[in-house]
Amino acid sequence: MTAYRYDYDVITQWIEPGEKVLDLGCGDGELLRHLMEVRQVQGYGVENDPDKLLGSVRNGVNVIQMDLEKGLVGLEDGFFDHVIMSLSLQAMHNTQGILREMLRVGREAVVSFPNFGYWRHRQSILNGRMPVSESLPHQWFNTPNVRFFTIADFDALCEINGIAVRERLAFDEGKLVLEEPNFLASVAVYRLGLER
Amino acid sequence: MTKMIPPQSVGVVTPQRAEFTTPLALRGGGTLDSYHLIYETYGTLNAERSNAVLVCHALSGSHHVAGTYADAPHNVGWWDNLVGPGKPLDTRKFFVIGVNNLGGCYGSSGPNQINPATGKLWGADFPFVTVEDWVESQARLADQLGIRRFAAVVGGSLGGMQAMSWALQYPERVGHVAVIAAAPKLTAQNIAFNEVARQAILTDPEFHGGHYYEHGVVPARGLKLARMVGHITYLSDDSMAEKFGRSLRHGRNTYSYDVEFEIESYLRYQGDKFAGYFDANTYLLTTKALDYFDPAFEYGGNLDAALARATADFLVVSFTTDWRFSPARSREIVYALLHNKRNVSYAEIDCPAGHDSFLLDETRYHKLLSAWFDRIEV
Repeated sequence: MTAYRYDYDVITQWIEPGEKVLDLGCGDGELLRHLMEVRQVQGYGVENDPDKLLGSVRNGVNVIQMDLEKGLVGLEDGFFDHVIMSLSLQAMHNTQGILREMLRVGREAVVSFPNFGYWRHRQSILNGRMPVSESLPHQWFNTPNVRFFTIADFDALCEINGIAVRERLAFDEGKLVLEEPNFLASVAVYRLGLER
Repeated sequence: MTKMIPPQSVGVVTPQRAEFTTPLALRGGGTLDSYHLIYETYGTLNAERSNAVLVCHALSGSHHVAGTYADAPHNVGWWDNLVGPGKPLDTRKFFVIGVNNLGGCYGSSGPNQINPATGKLWGADFPFVTVEDWVESQARLADQLGIRRFAAVVGGSLGGMQAMSWALQYPERVGHVAVIAAAPKLTAQNIAFNEVARQAILTDPEFHGGHYYEHGVVPARGLKLARMVGHITYLSDDSMAEKFGRSLRHGRNTYSYDVEFEIESYLRYQGDKFAGYFDANTYLLTTKALDYFDPAFEYGGNLDAALARATADFLVVSFTTDWRFSPARSREIVYALLHNKRNVSYAEIDCPAGHDSFLLDETRYHKLLSAWFDRIEV
């Protein structure tokens, strides 16, 4: 996960001190640990992998075992200031369901994902092979990813679901991309809310 | 001492007795003018008295959490796989205490002990006790031992309920709480199983209204049935299928009511064994304490409101095949704590053994507990 610290930095900038934060797919709790230290958040991670969950406990991070495909049942509406999903959305089947749930329990959602429309990925496909890159490190046969989408696809999904894109930052392997992000960016980080 | 003590064991232990002369007003309306508690300790209380961990026992447990007895080397504590030097609840770091609850049958004041007021065994006259009463009596024991604040209070099943109640009754006296295979209250189905168990005892002709000691008998049949029905609920369908399936003792149907299926043999054996050492009055009292436990009741059923008093850091653990106290019940506790912005972690351990899983040394489960205990600063 350390390879993606730039997405952590963006996320951190969007979090105010003392917020209530939920991190979906928190792994060993690295991001939450960071947010606890620099933003004094009251943070909770969600993780369904027992080994990663153990890592979070060892890191002293609150972690709750839950299957995100089943939503966030049991959590109050609007309880969290921010609900984060860092580089995990592409690994979930119930894409729309989890986005809805994130914006139900949180005031804002923060989502980052690898952009399948990145030019190197396109080039790879043109050359006849599925892309493997820093942001898509797995081979097609062992990838945990189950949804393959681009920045443009995600924008369209937000549009039809009444999700407001409040901010979006795009990166090419760590460097900020200002133009043509769907072509030039490997990862995008979104700050989302519900359209009023 | 010629017997080998296995590594990581607390070794030979000796129960201790604490006397209490300040009357204890009980939730059920009764009062114990004086009483005593039997307890064991493992490890050493540090100079700051900040490393004490209380282990609360479940329905049939006792103060004998770990180690063995000099005169009974095979009597190993019920959570010996958890407590000891180098074990998840490490006695090199922590001072661990196990207490036999009030109303129990392992030496603490209870139905099978002398009522100081009459000089006779309490029997059915021992007052009803609740989880809250147990916590109160445990707090007084902590006072006697000079422990102002527990580093942690932990327990499984009914023991988990006591641990939770500690966080509510004495928030300032407990730093960490582990609630394992427990629930915030019993369901109607849970109470129903308890009621079947109680009826088995109460209708045993040798129960004698709870004064069976005077008649020199014990309601063994009732207690056996109670244990049999209880035992079914502690195992999972899968683990029973795995262990016994439809195996036949004689390899064929004998068309009789003798033991045919292995599961019958197992349940009868467990029931007989239990009836040989446990006290029927304690069983009745303890199942009622389970039924009554419901911290949200006085908050109109709002568990979030009930847990608002808690300040401890929690670990909640459930087991996938536990249908007696299912993972969903543990999640209720987790979300209520979260909604109060309390520190809480929750794990759902994949273990086939049902409710009894909490007593096993399943690898992931014990790794998790190790990691959690390791982070506790004393």
